[in-house]
Amino acid sequence: MSGHSYDAENYWKANLRLILGSLVIWALVSYGFAILLRPMLAGIAVGGTDLGFWFAQQGSILTFIALIFHYSWRMNKIDEKFGVHEE
Amino acid sequence: MDQFYINLIFVGASFLIYIGIAVWAKAGSTSDFYVAGGGVHPITNGAAIGADWMSAASFISMAGLIAAGGYSNSTFLMGWTGGYVLLAMLLAPYLRKFGKFTVPQFIGDRYYSENARLVAVICLIVASVTYVIGQMAGAGVAFSRFLEVDSTMGLIIAAVVVFVYAVLGGMKGITYTQVAQYCVLIVAYTIPAVFISLHLTGNPIPGLGMFSTHTESGVPLLAKLNQVITDLGFNEYTADVDNKLNMVLFTLSLMIGTAGLPHVIIRFFTVPKVADARWSGGWALVFIALLYLTAPAVASMARLNIMTTLYPEGTAAQPIEWAEIENELDEDGNRHWIKEWEITGLISFEDKNGDGRVQYYNDKNPEFAAEAEARGWKGSEFSYNRDILVLANPEIANLPGWVIGLIAAGGLAAALSTAAGLLLAISSAISHDLIKSRINPEISDKGELLAARISMAVAIVVATYLGANPPGFAAQVVALAFGIAAASLFPALMMGIFSKRVNNVGATLGMLSGLIFTLVYIFIYKGWFFIPGTNNLPDTPENWILGISPLSIGAVGALVNFAVAFMVSKATAEPPVEIQELVESVRYPRGAGSAHDH
Repeated sequence: MSGHSYDAENYWKANLRLILGSLVIWALVSYGFAILLRPMLAGIAVGGTDLGFWFAQQGSILTFIALIFHYSWRMNKIDEKFGVHEE
Repeated sequence: MDQFYINLIFVGASFLIYIGIAVWAKAGSTSDFYVAGGGVHPITNGAAIGADWMSAASFISMAGLIAAGGYSNSTFLMGWTGGYVLLAMLLAPYLRKFGKFTVPQFIGDRYYSENARLVAVICLIVASVTYVIGQMAGAGVAFSRFLEVDSTMGLIIAAVVVFVYAVLGGMKGITYTQVAQYCVLIVAYTIPAVFISLHLTGNPIPGLGMFSTHTESGVPLLAKLNQVITDLGFNEYTADVDNKLNMVLFTLSLMIGTAGLPHVIIRFFTVPKVADARWSGGWALVFIALLYLTAPAVASMARLNIMTTLYPEGTAAQPIEWAEIENELDEDGNRHWIKEWEITGLISFEDKNGDGRVQYYNDKNPEFAAEAEARGWKGSEFSYNRDILVLANPEIANLPGWVIGLIAAGGLAAALSTAAGLLLAISSAISHDLIKSRINPEISDKGELLAARISMAVAIVVATYLGANPPGFAAQVVALAFGIAAASLFPALMMGIFSKRVNNVGATLGMLSGLIFTLVYIFIYKGWFFIPGTNNLPDTPENWILGISPLSIGAVGALVNFAVAFMVSKATAEPPVEIQELVESVRYPRGAGSAHDH
């Protein structure tokens, strides 16, 4: 059982690391690029406006999709690695 | 053929499909009724979540909000999608592993407290009921506008259709009708947008067209729009906002609120495995994004279309004469779309300076007043209800009548699919968390199924009544539903999974303090229990504490909830061993099995 709980702990840590990394990007594209950092990105022109506007209206949504699929794919791999996946 | 009959055929055909699905997907057990037997494919579930999530507000109102606010209303786009990242990573897989039927059930079991469960039930019912009123009212409006029936009559028809598939089929019937409703609403939303984008930019994909060159002027579409509206004294469409704190908190409140809304969460209980719950979140967002990436394009293009329709010779010249709008007929003999909507009262024109022309400008901008006076304008003469932008799209793009019929069916699909999801969340909380858990624990599966059907029927009757006679607070649904979900439910669920230390007292007090803090802040500005005139401070930016609007307070309420729960838990006994083992078990996917009761 001790070997199992050691593995279980590492499994949970791997999950938390992956979530933390994903949420950093989640916050960066929405609260960062689209809102707070928009003035800094004002110089980068995108179709008649700036990059911050694009992130606010489209870029953040596209990033969110990529984040969830990446998380699902990585997590399913981690499940298998630690042997906690469902058959 | 008369437009009325075309609309009737489209709406009628879509309703027949929903009822057909209901007969096919009849629920035989409580598991069928609450979680569709737990056998829904993740992509199917994604489409169902899309329809469940995208309400009359997303379908009809969101593009109008963005058109009016430009960049500043991007908050809705980010807020209503970013919550799915939180759901897919922080809640859905673990709640699926837990494998029970309702959201309050997790809170009750995890915090070994019937009081915590009851608080969750009350939060769920208040949030869902306010939300469902808006959907029913929206369905009533769509009926009265497109089918020329009295809106109460329309509502009753809609209620009967929902009754058939929700009461018979429960979650199983709702899931498969939602997939059909998703198809109807996305096709209806996309077709007019594609034609408008082609016409303005030559690009058939609206989301890309919005950032390409405006064919007629040769400058980027958004630059053209900025120029046209600033010429008339309006704020630049892409202008940055000053109050960034409020923009951040509003977006965060919408995101946390989205992740905490029970009618969305329970959809993740319907898939067979934990891995499927993760995939479902991704697919749901793909289906939602198909509409949400088009919506900002619809917004900017419709705004530009209105401007160029009123100022055909450019903003420096005089605007169009009303007589021209009134008498203009296209080659098919259709009236001008502005006249079409003026008849419904959703567009209005008042010739203030008596020159017969339609001056539309920002008469609240003091810097523009001098120019307006020099041009002989005596106030803006034109106004439109922003909800018409999506509904009028087919007419703006001069599309055939069947597209209008499709929009009617799409608007109703959006309203009814969300209403059904909310009604299921309400009825399962009543039959499972109140009747089965508190009143009669010995009830048989058959008896509980009957109780669930009766609660659903009662919920539909109440929602229909409130939809036909909306109380004053119905318009505050965004503040209330998202505030409650963000400040009470989301933190309790998340802490239940990610902390073994938060205990029964901490969680209950956390939920209550988050909830009360949020409600009090909303009531101070919006009136106590939304009774007009009872607000303590005027609801204007100067009076908001730190510039935080009552709509944005849910995120702060969530922080209050987290802080109180942690501090109280630290000061009281840690949860019993079996609860810590329960937390441990929801973290590992193996052995999920299908959702069950005990």
